[in-house]
Amino acid sequence: MNLLHDFSPGLFIIQAIILLVLIVLMRKFAWKPILDSLNSREEGIKEALDAAENAKKELQNLNAENERILNEARAERDTMLKEAREMKSTMISSAKEEAQAEADKVIRQAQEAIVAEKKSAIVDLKNQVAGISLEIAEKVMKTELADKNKQLALVSTMLKDVTLN
Amino acid sequence: MIAQQFKKYLFTLVFSLVSTLIFSNTASLEKVAQHEEIEGHSSTSHEGAVESRSEIDAYSKHHLADSHDFHLFSYGTEPRHHVGFSLPVIVWTSKGLRTFLSSKFHHNDDGTHVVDVNGVKLAKYHSKIYELESGVASVVLDAEHHPVAAHKVLDFSITKSVLGMLVASLLMLLGFSSLARGYKKGAIPTGFGRVLEPLVIYVRDEIARPNIGEKKYRKYMGFLLTVFFFIWILNLLGLTPFGFNVTGNIAVTVCLALFTFLITTFTASKDYWKHIFWMPGVPVPMKIVLMPIEILGMFTKPFSLLIRLFANITAGHAVVMGLIAVTYTAREALGVPGSFGVSFLLTLFISLIELLVAFLQAFIFTMLSSLFIGMAVEEHDHH
Repeated sequence: MNLLHDFSPGLFIIQAIILLVLIVLMRKFAWKPILDSLNSREEGIKEALDAAENAKKELQNLNAENERILNEARAERDTMLKEAREMKSTMISSAKEEAQAEADKVIRQAQEAIVAEKKSAIVDLKNQVAGISLEIAEKVMKTELADKNKQLALVSTMLKDVTLN
Repeated sequence: MIAQQFKKYLFTLVFSLVSTLIFSNTASLEKVAQHEEIEGHSSTSHEGAVESRSEIDAYSKHHLADSHDFHLFSYGTEPRHHVGFSLPVIVWTSKGLRTFLSSKFHHNDDGTHVVDVNGVKLAKYHSKIYELESGVASVVLDAEHHPVAAHKVLDFSITKSVLGMLVASLLMLLGFSSLARGYKKGAIPTGFGRVLEPLVIYVRDEIARPNIGEKKYRKYMGFLLTVFFFIWILNLLGLTPFGFNVTGNIAVTVCLALFTFLITTFTASKDYWKHIFWMPGVPVPMKIVLMPIEILGMFTKPFSLLIRLFANITAGHAVVMGLIAVTYTAREALGVPGSFGVSFLLTLFISLIELLVAFLQAFIFTMLSSLFIGMAVEEHDHH
């Protein structure tokens, strides 16, 4: 087979023209738009994937943040409860103490008053007893001086009259 | 990843081996054909039914060459009826441009029928158009079967190959521009675009990107994609009963490889030329020795491209036709059903392999083109 003999220059030239025109046309009408769309689609897909990944990360962050806030709130609640409990117990104990003190004071005043009354009552009684004794003594003296019987009667009568208050 | 790469190369290797074997078979077949042709040349005309060995070889050879009319089939006894259509002949002769329909040659291909077009005598011999010198009645051959007293004209005819290329171009333009338009409606193609899109992505991601590099591949996509689909469609057209043999035509593969050569040469980086003319990192005598080798390498690379494609497709066609011919050649030994069965099975088998070769050769051509481009535009930052 003689390749050089088979080579057709005319076919070669036509082929070159066809191929050149075909490359130009295909570039303009097919390859450029196809490759552009493929690129933009692939970039779109990549961006979407990245965005999804970012969203996932953000969600995770958000969850962590929520968890943290929740924990904080829980801790705060706990401290508040604790404080309240403490406050309650201090309040109760201080109230108790105050009440005790007041009660003590009232009791002491009452005791003091009782003691004072008692004293005055005793003084009074003493005075009355002394008065009565004096009256008795006076009357006894008077009757005794008059009649012995009468004096005795008198004394017994008088003693009957006397009522100890 | 490495295993995958290895598998890919093994695959390529096996198929180049297979195709080489097929080609060497064909080479011997061709030798026989030429031999027979010399013996029985006078009886060889493509008018009658093809039955004898020499007729089959001549027919096969005739098919492998380009043709000026689109012949589908012939039937009947003498005179045979030919079904097909004529194609326009456009030739640049010594007296200027001449155009006419190939029907004027009346299917004659041995130079005996001379057509006179406005004072230019033209005859067709083995698919080539010759202009006869004045006073010569028909094509006369010398001892080596080359016509004398006649010279070839520059033939711009719309031959069968040109028609094939136009059909392939049209198919590509229609298919891919519809895919391109499909993207305006939505990001996902519909219909046939779903088949075409992965192919485009395949060429981009498996051929161009790894060989040329992420930064520069985009500039060469137009050429690589066009050439890939052009070769593939033409290879496939060659397997149809229309019998195109475009990529098995040396002028076509020369043109394709020339494009690769021009692109590599004119877009090459400074480093590429430096590596050719003054190889860095080696002693001066070595640089001088390497220079002619590298310069030769510039040309052998595209040359291997054109020979590989041409040889594979030509060999494929020759083998398929040889096996179809088994129907006739083995008729005496096996009987009609036997020879037909053997021929059918073998042809089916080889056709399936050819289907693969059609893709493989398009892939290899594009792959190596992008590899050569990649080598040319590579920047060596380690120097």
